[in-house]
Amino acid sequence: MDWVAVGLTLKLAALTTIILAVVGLPLAYWLATTTRTWRPIVDAAVAVPLLLPPTVLGFYFLVSTGPDTFLGQLYTLAFGGTIPFSFAGILLASVLYNLPFAVRPFASGFAAVDRRLIEAARCLGASAPRTFATVVVPLSWPAVLTGLVLAFAHTVGEFGVVLMVGGNIPGVTRTIALAIYDDVQALDYAGANQASAVLLIFAVSVLAVTYSLQRRVVPL
Amino acid sequence: MTLLDVDIGFHYRQGPGIECRWQDPVDTPRVTVFLGASGSGKSTVLRCLAGLERPQRGHVRFGDQIWFDAERSVHVTPDRRNLGVLFQDYALFPHLTVERNVAFGAHGLTRPEVARRVGELIEAFRIQGLEARLPGELSGGQQQRVALARAVFRKPRLLLLDEPLSALDRATGDEMRDELGTLIRTLGMPAYVVSHDRADALALADQTVLLDEGRIIQRGTTQDVFDAPASAAAARLVGVDTILLGRIASVDNGLARVTVGGQEVRVAVPAAVGHEAALCVRAEDVTIALHDASDVSAVNRWHAVVRSEAPDGPFVRVSLDCGFRLAAVVTRDAWQRLQLKPGDAAWAIVKATSIRALPRR
Repeated sequence: MDWVAVGLTLKLAALTTIILAVVGLPLAYWLATTTRTWRPIVDAAVAVPLLLPPTVLGFYFLVSTGPDTFLGQLYTLAFGGTIPFSFAGILLASVLYNLPFAVRPFASGFAAVDRRLIEAARCLGASAPRTFATVVVPLSWPAVLTGLVLAFAHTVGEFGVVLMVGGNIPGVTRTIALAIYDDVQALDYAGANQASAVLLIFAVSVLAVTYSLQRRVVPL
Repeated sequence: MTLLDVDIGFHYRQGPGIECRWQDPVDTPRVTVFLGASGSGKSTVLRCLAGLERPQRGHVRFGDQIWFDAERSVHVTPDRRNLGVLFQDYALFPHLTVERNVAFGAHGLTRPEVARRVGELIEAFRIQGLEARLPGELSGGQQQRVALARAVFRKPRLLLLDEPLSALDRATGDEMRDELGTLIRTLGMPAYVVSHDRADALALADQTVLLDEGRIIQRGTTQDVFDAPASAAAARLVGVDTILLGRIASVDNGLARVTVGGQEVRVAVPAAVGHEAALCVRAEDVTIALHDASDVSAVNRWHAVVRSEAPDGPFVRVSLDCGFRLAAVVTRDAWQRLQLKPGDAAWAIVKATSIRALPRR
């Protein structure tokens, strides 16, 4: 097993999940409660990675964050270094790519919370963020957990975007999925088999946990 | 004097909206009931007051505070209006215990302060022993008391109640109406109650506002509004049947004598001597006779003069003067048999059990 790749993968997945919690929860709440006419457009933008090949997302990501672009220069100015072929690059790209896996379960969970309870909380003096934390999330936690678990698991198994944006640099951007690809290229089937089996068992367990969570959503 | 000054226009994207304008002094603990049929916009009025809806036009001012002003784009969110709102189905938080529901509005208070206030309310609203339960484990009446305790935790400036009794069955509703009236009086804050049931206005309201198609069609003391509905729509709302307001003169064997317009009405009233009561008589429960019949079981037999008659399908609607106006409806056959006409003397007979009495506080 390539333990460096395993560690890097877990770090990437954990950070992606944390960022998605920070960005995705409010975004999902907005999507679940807004009545704005342009909501479908935001909905579509969030969901589009489900349909796009990872190479397309990776390609546009590279094009828009290269050292000559505005975003690239801004990044260099703020943090030094560049976005493509760095850990920050694959982290940003995987946040974007995993947005729907987190936001869609969040939003459907939030939408199922009785609006009257939200209104009651507001009338009892709770601000919108407070209402979100004390009423909305506690009443939809299985959906929140589902979103976080799916985002984490999907990041662990991500291949295309990481390869496009990060290259395949050992210790920097080479995740376990890329390591398997390298093993196969090098005809090291034993190594590939070992890592693949671990990923397979991981994916099945995650899905089992997710489905059991979804059953909990109903009686709550 | 603190004034609640409302002038709002609110329209949903589809369907009708509301256009309402009124002013009320809110220093005194007065109960106002907004009475309207379903779809009359009465809940929308309440939602605009609470800040849950944003009207397209007008303003809402509470004393010197501007809660809403369309022209100046001011809209104070519900959490900063300090209101106590009781929702139709109570909207208790299903994941929190009774105690934590009551204390939901507690932010900004210290732990001992919260505990003291919760203790006060749990006692005042008689929810002792239920503190650790979840809302799902409470009866309808208990849920209402918890919701009310929660709504007044922060000592709001106004109490807004949306159809407070409609979630309960009729018997529990009647019981809770009485209790609700007492609780509102005890709280000593102005309250706005939205209802489709005139029983709520009769039992609870100092002031009644009639709402029809999103507009206020009449507003005044409950007595005035029910005595003299100003329009056909208002009459429909307060009901075409007879509503008698009187004072309980005596009670024996559970049956009260209520004095109304010099006459005595005997009825079971859940209140003590000296209290006022509203007596509702359905026109179809009134029997008209030519002579006083002491050999019938009905205890209310009043001498009456026929004032007017109006055909109504197979029936005839008759207005009688018994010292108070009494509406009756009889079949056309019966009316022809009696051969009565306006000006004639007759007797009106009503069983005590068919009169609905609402204590007024």
